[in-house]
Amino acid sequence: MAFKIASSPHVGNTLQTAKVMQRVALCLLPGIAAQLYFFGFGTLFQIAIAVITAYAAEAVILAMRNRPIKSTLADNSALVTALLLAIAIPPLAPWWIIVIGTLFSIIIVKHLYGGLGNNLFNPAMAGYVLLLISFPVQMTDWVSPMSAAQQSVTLSYAWQVVFDSASDILLAGHNLAIDGTTMATPLDTLKTDLSMGITTHESLAKPIFSGMAGLGWFEVNFAFLIGGLIMLKLKVIRWQISVGILSALFLCSSFGFLLNPDTHVSPIMHLFSGGTMLAAFFIATDPVTAATSARGRIIFGAMIGVLIYVIRTFGGYPDAVAFAVLLANMCAPFIDHYVRPRAYGHRSGS
Amino acid sequence: MSKYQDIAKQGLWSNNPGLVQLLGLCPLLAVTATITNALGLGVATLIVLVGSNILVSLVRDFVPKEIRIPVFVMIIAALVTCVQLLVNAYAYGLYLSLGIFLPLIVTNCVIIGRAEAFASRNSLAHSAFDGLMMGLGFTAVLVVLGATREVLGQGTLFDGADLLLGDWAKSLTIHLWQVDNAFLLALLPPGAFIAMGLLIALKNVIDLKMKQRQPQMPTQIVERARITKVS
Repeated sequence: MAFKIASSPHVGNTLQTAKVMQRVALCLLPGIAAQLYFFGFGTLFQIAIAVITAYAAEAVILAMRNRPIKSTLADNSALVTALLLAIAIPPLAPWWIIVIGTLFSIIIVKHLYGGLGNNLFNPAMAGYVLLLISFPVQMTDWVSPMSAAQQSVTLSYAWQVVFDSASDILLAGHNLAIDGTTMATPLDTLKTDLSMGITTHESLAKPIFSGMAGLGWFEVNFAFLIGGLIMLKLKVIRWQISVGILSALFLCSSFGFLLNPDTHVSPIMHLFSGGTMLAAFFIATDPVTAATSARGRIIFGAMIGVLIYVIRTFGGYPDAVAFAVLLANMCAPFIDHYVRPRAYGHRSGS
Repeated sequence: MSKYQDIAKQGLWSNNPGLVQLLGLCPLLAVTATITNALGLGVATLIVLVGSNILVSLVRDFVPKEIRIPVFVMIIAALVTCVQLLVNAYAYGLYLSLGIFLPLIVTNCVIIGRAEAFASRNSLAHSAFDGLMMGLGFTAVLVVLGATREVLGQGTLFDGADLLLGDWAKSLTIHLWQVDNAFLLALLPPGAFIAMGLLIALKNVIDLKMKQRQPQMPTQIVERARITKVS
């Protein structure tokens, strides 16, 4: 009988890219559901537009690059990018916002760097940053959270606002009817209040901060946390990056809160507002743009956590997740260079 | 190909200071938010470049090699000061909108680079022509970049042309479309970097296509017998 000789690794992994991406997309569902419940149906249209745009752009650029179109489209990576971007932007943003963002993510950030696996930056977050610095007015107008019973953003209303070109004028604040449904995010409100000399205590008494970290925002973040834990259980992601981000953010914000509670908000607010949970479990854990070794991932995560706190507290933008992730992406090769796992049989440090 | 044709080709395309040598990127990226600014800075650089090439070529035989760089820099600085004063006097609006980047032409690597690499080794006529062609190549890149960013960013062309040409040029401004929300990225420095990258990519694509279109010359493989002894 013939002995089959195969080189290592001997334990195979059956998890293919398409499967991993599919599971990531499925684990996003609780968070998406919570967002639909509290912020209305706008997100649904954003997701639809983003997915269609992403697949179309990917197909065109694959054809231009002479790459296999069908098999690459089936790896679901464009789907995840589109979903993340659609979740991150305001639900009632006009349709061209998400189209520009998705095209930039897929074409410039992903394919100009060589496609999936070669991109230096997280495509969804780079697209988000492009939109945030290009269209600050549209990107900071969030829907007021409310429970479904009194939900004013119905399907037809969302359709009207997202696709009606007049919505540009509406969102700019000239129409009273819509002013009731959009407002700044809790983090944004807090930043504005602090710059006006109002203490956090007074600011947090506003109705937008009802609940533990702002109405709706806490629940949405909690839903993403659940989705993230399911991914951990399914071994789609490893724990190091998420734990790194959350613990670093918790430590920094606790320190600030204990030092001066008048100008710093509680750690709970930091952990469960804005895009913290989405970033910790779904965005920063992107295997392409993160550090690769276990220790490297903890450093990578901690770096994002610290950056989120620093940019949120001292920076000019309302939320810091996208900037923190991009800055850490840049450092990932550097971290990998200096943090190398010890090879078996070698002493550490040699 | 005569010497002049070669100089023109080098300056305008194959050794373009903006797209190939990547010199003078700082003003290239900073002032190209509108076509007017780009044109203004491009012409100012062009004048300085021609002047410095002429002067450097004239003094090249009298300047000791050891101190040539300080001498070149002083020549360039004197010319830049002239241009700055001229712009200040005749196009004050442009002077204000170009700001620090006008005096910074002194540090533009294109100028010292051409002085050192070309003008200090070539005759007066060749040097002057080289300065003109390099300047035109640089200006062309600035204008294309400025036009792209202005159209994408605010949907206009020649906005503020009156700053450069006087009041009559106000009518030159072309509104291609009405933008309610300026596409800020195109007007900000990151947009300039991205647009610049795409321009360089476009040039490389054109070069590649031209190369493919040329008939393939069969390369002659020369088999040579070894005549030296292998030790």
